[in-house]
Amino acid sequence: MCRTDRVPTAGILWLALVVIMFVARSIAADHKDLIHDVSYDFHGRRMATCSSDQSVKVWDRSENGEWHCTASWKTHSGSVWRVTWAHPEFGQVLASCSFDRTAAVWEEIVGESNDKQRGLSHWIKRTTLVDSRTSVTDVKFAPKHMGLMLTTCSADGVVRIYEAPDVMNLSQWSLQHEISCKLSCSCISWNPSSSRAHPPMFAVGSDDSNVTYGGKVQIYEYNENTRKYAKAETLMTVTDAVHDIAFAPNLGRSFHVLAIATKDVRIFKLVPMRSDRKESTSTGPTKLEVQIVAQFDNHNSQVWRVSWNITSTLLASSGDDGCVRLWKANYMDNWKCTGILKGDGSPLTSSSGQPTAMSTIVGSSVQTSQNALNGMSAGR
Amino acid sequence: MEELDVEPAITNIPAASDGKHLGFAWGPGDILAYETLYMAPGSGCSFIHEVRKDEDIYSPILRKLFNESHHIFVGLQTIREDLPSKNKKTQFVSISKNYRSVIRACMEELQQVAETLHPYMKTSVLVLQVSILLAIELIWNLCEVLFIDAAPAGPLLLHLLDWVRLHKGDVDEKAREVLQSESPAEHHDYWDVVVSYVLQGRFEEARQMLVKQATLQPAARNMYKLMDTLLSKMPFYNPGGTQTLTEFDVKWRHWHEEVDRCLQDNSFASNQHLEIICKILVGDEDTLLEHKELLSTWYHFLVTRLLFCHPTVKPTELHYYAQSCMTMFLDLRSVPEPLDSILLAAFEFDIHQVIKDCSIALNNWWFVAHLTDLLDHCKLLQSHNLHFGSNLREFLLLEYASGLFTHHSLWQLAVDYFDNCPEFGHVYLELQIERVPLDTERKALKVLRICEQRQMSEQVRSICKIMAMRALRNNRLGSALSWSIRAKDAAFATLISERFLQDYCARGTFSDLDLIDNLGPAMLLSDRLTFLVKYREFHKLYEENRFSEAAKLLLSLITAKIAPRSFWMTLLTDALPLLEQKEVSHNLFVFSSDKLIVKRLPFSLFTSLCSQN
Repeated sequence: MCRTDRVPTAGILWLALVVIMFVARSIAADHKDLIHDVSYDFHGRRMATCSSDQSVKVWDRSENGEWHCTASWKTHSGSVWRVTWAHPEFGQVLASCSFDRTAAVWEEIVGESNDKQRGLSHWIKRTTLVDSRTSVTDVKFAPKHMGLMLTTCSADGVVRIYEAPDVMNLSQWSLQHEISCKLSCSCISWNPSSSRAHPPMFAVGSDDSNVTYGGKVQIYEYNENTRKYAKAETLMTVTDAVHDIAFAPNLGRSFHVLAIATKDVRIFKLVPMRSDRKESTSTGPTKLEVQIVAQFDNHNSQVWRVSWNITSTLLASSGDDGCVRLWKANYMDNWKCTGILKGDGSPLTSSSGQPTAMSTIVGSSVQTSQNALNGMSAGR
Repeated sequence: MEELDVEPAITNIPAASDGKHLGFAWGPGDILAYETLYMAPGSGCSFIHEVRKDEDIYSPILRKLFNESHHIFVGLQTIREDLPSKNKKTQFVSISKNYRSVIRACMEELQQVAETLHPYMKTSVLVLQVSILLAIELIWNLCEVLFIDAAPAGPLLLHLLDWVRLHKGDVDEKAREVLQSESPAEHHDYWDVVVSYVLQGRFEEARQMLVKQATLQPAARNMYKLMDTLLSKMPFYNPGGTQTLTEFDVKWRHWHEEVDRCLQDNSFASNQHLEIICKILVGDEDTLLEHKELLSTWYHFLVTRLLFCHPTVKPTELHYYAQSCMTMFLDLRSVPEPLDSILLAAFEFDIHQVIKDCSIALNNWWFVAHLTDLLDHCKLLQSHNLHFGSNLREFLLLEYASGLFTHHSLWQLAVDYFDNCPEFGHVYLELQIERVPLDTERKALKVLRICEQRQMSEQVRSICKIMAMRALRNNRLGSALSWSIRAKDAAFATLISERFLQDYCARGTFSDLDLIDNLGPAMLLSDRLTFLVKYREFHKLYEENRFSEAAKLLLSLITAKIAPRSFWMTLLTDALPLLEQKEVSHNLFVFSSDKLIVKRLPFSLFTSLCSQN
């Protein structure tokens, strides 16, 4: 017989108001220096980490959820800023970019059977892209329907788009486009939409501190006729340095959503103006109407990263306040912060860091309940 | 009504808090967090923390909730539109009760598990989740009474009484305790139990309890008899009976007057407890409010007040009483809780407000998604056009189903939800089904079947390509070939056929003969593949000593121009032993192409090969 006497009292339902998250597992990454980027593969079964220690590590998740490092190797002669996976249709392929002015493409080679038993694999360098004269700040693969295409951006203000025409031969890459953005580039993001209604499009962010040059976000679009990328829009309202940029996955919408990490978190809506089809293909890129959807300055100073979850229902941002914040829109398109991750000031030190999930739950739930109750009284 | 505002929870990460940044990466069901520094030098602690939502802790139990409610959901979608509304209403109420019983079952299980946990975990998340489910069931039940069953005046109060009784189970517990004691009538909780029964309109039980007290006080026998009579005569509306509401109202008023007379006559003046009960029966507000502890909630107070003041309350009148009861019951200082706002919105029949507040208040898409879907089927939701053109029901279902997709087995349930979202279900499914990890071939086939059933050809192609690529990397050519055939990927099929042929050249044998021999029309996907199959067939014929057929085939391979250039020498070499067979040379003699010079066969064969150039 279910005890229904415990009708929720005030306090309990306040606790229910918050999305309770907890640290399920802590993985000792064993990098010798700062980790700069962590990237899940497409299916979420592998991840890659890169560091100032110039190496990349690849981790595999076992069935019980534990992570094992299956490869670790030196990739560059400088800090590795970003690491990213190609779509699994192209096999097991990684790209990395570094302060050493290069980007590199890596492919996993299926090892000998005894390697497999030991749970190890080998990654070999397929190519090094050396065209940049300055630190390569971001590397991203283009949406898979465009083929195997890699994009880099550098502090020298150039975006480079490379293509591997033969996906079975990853040592051959050709530089297809070199786009000068005039401002030092810090980040790129491809519009993931593969709809024929939207030609290939990417956004570039600049962390140039020079304020005389206006907008720090530029949108480029591919033109079928000229076979080149042309600038479709500059977001003039973004005048401060931009550190990260992310298009949201397109879910059947007619417009695009772009999140920007600058001195605050900003979410823009880019609406293609429906002009006469014939006209639009010949006179250049689609005109975009730019609308700001949300702006948050909770991180206090700079926001360094923004990223959408897989279903684009949540946006996460990381900032100078040392927190990661989660943002969500309700069905009326009102955005709110729904969760915060924050360092508690006691980092793990042991190499076998495996805090028991339970104690962390109690810890975090007590903490969150305390916060919720504090928040409740403070807010009123 | 003002929108509920919520402070976000802070989750602590065992990482430095001063002067460090927190990096992150989104995963399928989690988010990774790690210490880092953007654009600044420094060393760091290199731990990566996997952060998950609390639901994962008790997801094995919730899984049953998800599974069973999925079953109910799918059944609901198939209810025929053309049924008369009366039949539909009965079905909808029944479905609502099904959902609620599933919630209760889940609650019971969680409670059991919570009780077996370490006693220190009093504020454990499990206990929390039980409370959340309790709230959910309370709200759902009220919605069922007010919106789905839509009881009119008369039955309305009866349903509300049931509702209150269901959620105030501690009365029975206390009663048990009292009855099991040596002298129940002298138990210190005795009168509390009696009054509680009265407050809930459970007069039979109240009377039975009172009998025990009556026997202890023979001197007051008449008073107890009078009370018993009053209690037994209180009219309750009978929905199935022939009495109209007006007739019932008249009867009730008579009874009410009778009770009032007893009060005025001081019939119970010498017994403080009976006097209190009499005042309750007459609906005296002050007396009711003196029993806040027993009522414990304003909505219990509301229903009790209605029971004794206005049992023929109409649905449209509810909100007046609800608001005033809430005001009277709650402290002037206290702030309305989210649960209170939600219930009040329900009493005001503001369905949209109920759903909106529930979405904000409860970190639980399951509830709002299923309830909204049911209310939508009852045609109770006006379609609000949202900014991206969908509606509230679909928005919530998409949220819920997206969450399901990250579970390793529940993702299949999500497919049915997406199927029933006409606007965006398809595109959401396309996006998410690609992410299902293809751990085994069996799982890949399962995913494929779902895609194929829905004509999701791009996803089919992509999944097959991924599997083909994986097989190729692991040198499983046969598997790679069948996947690329399924993907209809001619280029890849060509590539793999080349590998087969290379293998043959290297080792002199073919692998995966079963596959190649039984491809059927699939072999036509690519020229190279066709060649591979035919070439293998040639070898088979040769092994079976069917030389003339073999020769014919070889010749057709040569003339059909599908042989890769690299293979010409091989074909030529293959032809040589054939020429030694008398029947072959004889047949070649007859069936040769017009380019062949009949007499000198080796030369002519060579000529015909050159003519392919």
